[in-house]
Amino acid sequence: MPYVPHTEKDIREMLRAIGAKSVEDLFRVVPEELRLKRPLVLPAGLSEQELVAEMKKLSATNATVDDHISFIGAGAYNHYIPSVVNHILLRSEFYTSYTPYQPEISQGTLQAVFEYQTLICQLTGMDVANASMYEGASATAEAILMARRINNRKKVVVSSALHPEYRDVVKTYLKAQPVVIEEIMHCNETGKTLPDAVERHIDEETSCLVVQQPNFFGCLEDLKSLGELARKNGAIFIVVIAEPLSLGLLKSPGEFGADIVVGEGQSLGNSLSFGGPYLGFFATREKYLRQMPGRLVGETTDKDGNRGFILTLSTREQHIRREKATSNICTNEGLCALAATVYLCALGKNGLMKLARLNLSKCEYLKKALQGIKGVKLAFNAPTFNEFVIELDREPEELLKILSGKGMWGGLPLKRFYPYLDRHILLCVTEMNTKAETDVLIDGLRGAL
Amino acid sequence: MSTAIGITGLIMNEPLIFESSSEGKRAVETPTSDVGDVRPEEFIAAELLRTDIAGFPEVSEVGVVRHFVRLSQWNYGVDTGFYPLGSCTMKYNPKVNEDIARLPGFARLHPYQPEEFSQGALQLMYELEEYLAEISGMDAVTLQPVAGAQGELCGMLMISAYFARQGRPRRKVIIPDTAHGTNPASVTLAGLTAVPVKSGSEGILTPDAVKGVMDEDTAGIMITNPNTLGLFERHIKEIADIVHEKGGFVYCDGANMNALLGVAKLGDMGVDVVHMNLHKTFSTPHGGGGPGSGPVGVKKELEPFVPVPRIVKKDSNYSLDYNKRDSIGRLRAFYGNFGVLVRAYAYIRAMGSEGLKKAAQMAVLNANYIKENLKSHYHLPFDQPCMHECVFSDKLQFEKGFSTMDIAKRLMDYGFHPPTTYFPLVVHDAIMIEPTETEDKGTLDGFIDAMKRIAEEDPELVKGAPHNTKTKRLDEAKAARNPVLKWRPGAKG
Repeated sequence: MPYVPHTEKDIREMLRAIGAKSVEDLFRVVPEELRLKRPLVLPAGLSEQELVAEMKKLSATNATVDDHISFIGAGAYNHYIPSVVNHILLRSEFYTSYTPYQPEISQGTLQAVFEYQTLICQLTGMDVANASMYEGASATAEAILMARRINNRKKVVVSSALHPEYRDVVKTYLKAQPVVIEEIMHCNETGKTLPDAVERHIDEETSCLVVQQPNFFGCLEDLKSLGELARKNGAIFIVVIAEPLSLGLLKSPGEFGADIVVGEGQSLGNSLSFGGPYLGFFATREKYLRQMPGRLVGETTDKDGNRGFILTLSTREQHIRREKATSNICTNEGLCALAATVYLCALGKNGLMKLARLNLSKCEYLKKALQGIKGVKLAFNAPTFNEFVIELDREPEELLKILSGKGMWGGLPLKRFYPYLDRHILLCVTEMNTKAETDVLIDGLRGAL
Repeated sequence: MSTAIGITGLIMNEPLIFESSSEGKRAVETPTSDVGDVRPEEFIAAELLRTDIAGFPEVSEVGVVRHFVRLSQWNYGVDTGFYPLGSCTMKYNPKVNEDIARLPGFARLHPYQPEEFSQGALQLMYELEEYLAEISGMDAVTLQPVAGAQGELCGMLMISAYFARQGRPRRKVIIPDTAHGTNPASVTLAGLTAVPVKSGSEGILTPDAVKGVMDEDTAGIMITNPNTLGLFERHIKEIADIVHEKGGFVYCDGANMNALLGVAKLGDMGVDVVHMNLHKTFSTPHGGGGPGSGPVGVKKELEPFVPVPRIVKKDSNYSLDYNKRDSIGRLRAFYGNFGVLVRAYAYIRAMGSEGLKKAAQMAVLNANYIKENLKSHYHLPFDQPCMHECVFSDKLQFEKGFSTMDIAKRLMDYGFHPPTTYFPLVVHDAIMIEPTETEDKGTLDGFIDAMKRIAEEDPELVKGAPHNTKTKRLDEAKAARNPVLKWRPGAKG
């Protein structure tokens, strides 16, 4: 039997030591009528060789972003992952360990998390960051719950240009809370969340204002004005970042008055992996530290006076506070945070900034080329980072099918999320899209329209 | 007794990465642009652009690799040695599953790529749902929850939604005193109120105790079976009947399901909703604190409320269905921790029905073996056959002057990871040991021997432990009193 090392002799000796007649005898505390009388109906077990063959066969029935030229982003980004990231992730002292509850033999995880917390603070311009959340959407929901803990106000104001699935998750998480969620419609010309529109919703009952930067359409929001509006009304300003590579190009949300910055860290060294596991990051200002959910690693000294790291401020957490905890989160995404840490260290300051500029250059190249094609126009005029929306002169399904037949995934049609954006496609360009590939898309579109 | 495996080894000192940074270094080169370089100011207002990331590290590739390899050497993992952390099921993580999850056909899929190109991924998820339903005895499974606690939230929201749909909302949930801390926290997040109930003198819940608190304003009970004392809740069926009679639901925290694989099904015990921890029972790595996965199984009655999207099979075609009127909605973006699901699927395929049952049997054998061997030296509050784990206390050692914490730390010197300590709360100063099935008799004997030796050691030696680790006991109070949660330039190294 794979992974079970007992020999028959071991089993006999162990049963004798216990004083049990048989292995079945050990289960006598399970009432007879509750015991399963037949084997589970599952495929027969496989040897490792058979398993690998089977799994390779199954995986081959999927097409990948390497087989196709993909221009799909929308919250999951195809970036190059340096080889060192995977090599470190495969250090089994990291991946086969548990949450570092025993700090003397978990300093590796603890120091790496401390470094991760520092990197997230540096990128977001916040004072403190936690050890990670599940992923971007639930981190957003947790940020809203935290804002409610801070000011106990009843209204949550959310931009319609926040990722639609994030908005769905927020609704689920807030189901039991006595709150009203108001959505601010983005501007149809700029693609941004306009301060005027926010002003119509935000007031002294507003707990928080939630916007995404760059927003779901790839457009850059005017964080400064939005932050001022939040502050004027005493609301917590939550900035959500689904594409953190943008922080290599843009000033941090902290510089524009964000109180909480959360987001999706997949972009930073985590594989696309059909949507998960990803990495929720969560950062805030020092004064709100005790309202923050999730684990925190802090610096301290050991009894010899040497520097060491330890989980701290756990009195906020469920295993101590039970029903009064700041969140129910327990397991987080430690290994994904490690991937992000190694990735960011490998790129370094200049590498990250250069890569962000490269994404911008590639995106602007495609944008410019598309403007010359009849039947295609840019849907919004706000500046963007590595994503933008185009509007076609027809519904895009047929066109995307043609492109897909030529080996291209030409972006994400937006109708499923915004029924009125029924001729619109969200396109993403990263460093993975070569000029040659981008030209194929441009030719493909020109040919099909 | 053979030689203890815990000795001092070649362990390097390593500063924070920020402290070994020097300007101009980098590990990875970014490609040169093949479309020319734009000036960002042409497109984005200059005041929005970043000119620096203050303090951000600049390190060479060798520097990055050595840094993290050295950090990894300060960690103890299942691959290092025995990790009997109770209720965490630290079983061996098969290496082949790491390879499988990294196959491009799994790792390089975009969640929004057209469904026709993701058929294998959807098939894997669909089949994993079926396997988990069969193993737990449920009618339907959702793979969306990414951790046990999110599974709990999912379950509570579904139960709440059920009563809301009936037009008769209920407010309370019964939670035994042996429950994991996430249970009451999840109940609160779902807008319900936790009603604690004490377990009986035998360490398990009694039907009378439940009868005493169950009423028509109670949405149900959250029970863990086997419970955190490692005991089978043998009145579970009767308790379920009491809860059902008043129209409530039985939620089972499946954290300890490893003991029941192929032996008994929670669904047959009257459980209506259960979450399963793939990172415990189904061998996926804990990753130093995640990623996990907490799929939830439900009985027919609750199926309409499971999160969207659902995976649907029609003929031999798989697709995602977002159209479920009564669904509680989404718990996360996309579909779940797919990479973790792949590993769990591979584990189930490798084990098969027979293998899973064997795992449960050997896990229970190992726990009972430790229990029987240690009860001569440690106080065993509930002396009865256990399931996957056993719980001792430090009562006998406390009289000599050392505690659970000291025992835990001293075990490190012998080369073992400590058990879970001070949980469950119903046992004073608990020592909770879960060996799992992937450990052999030799390893258990080594551990038992170490535990016995510690029990008889000089209290001062035990209280000063660990002696052999790179880092000694840490000042927890200092960390909390004056939190230093990130590196600051100029801070001392």
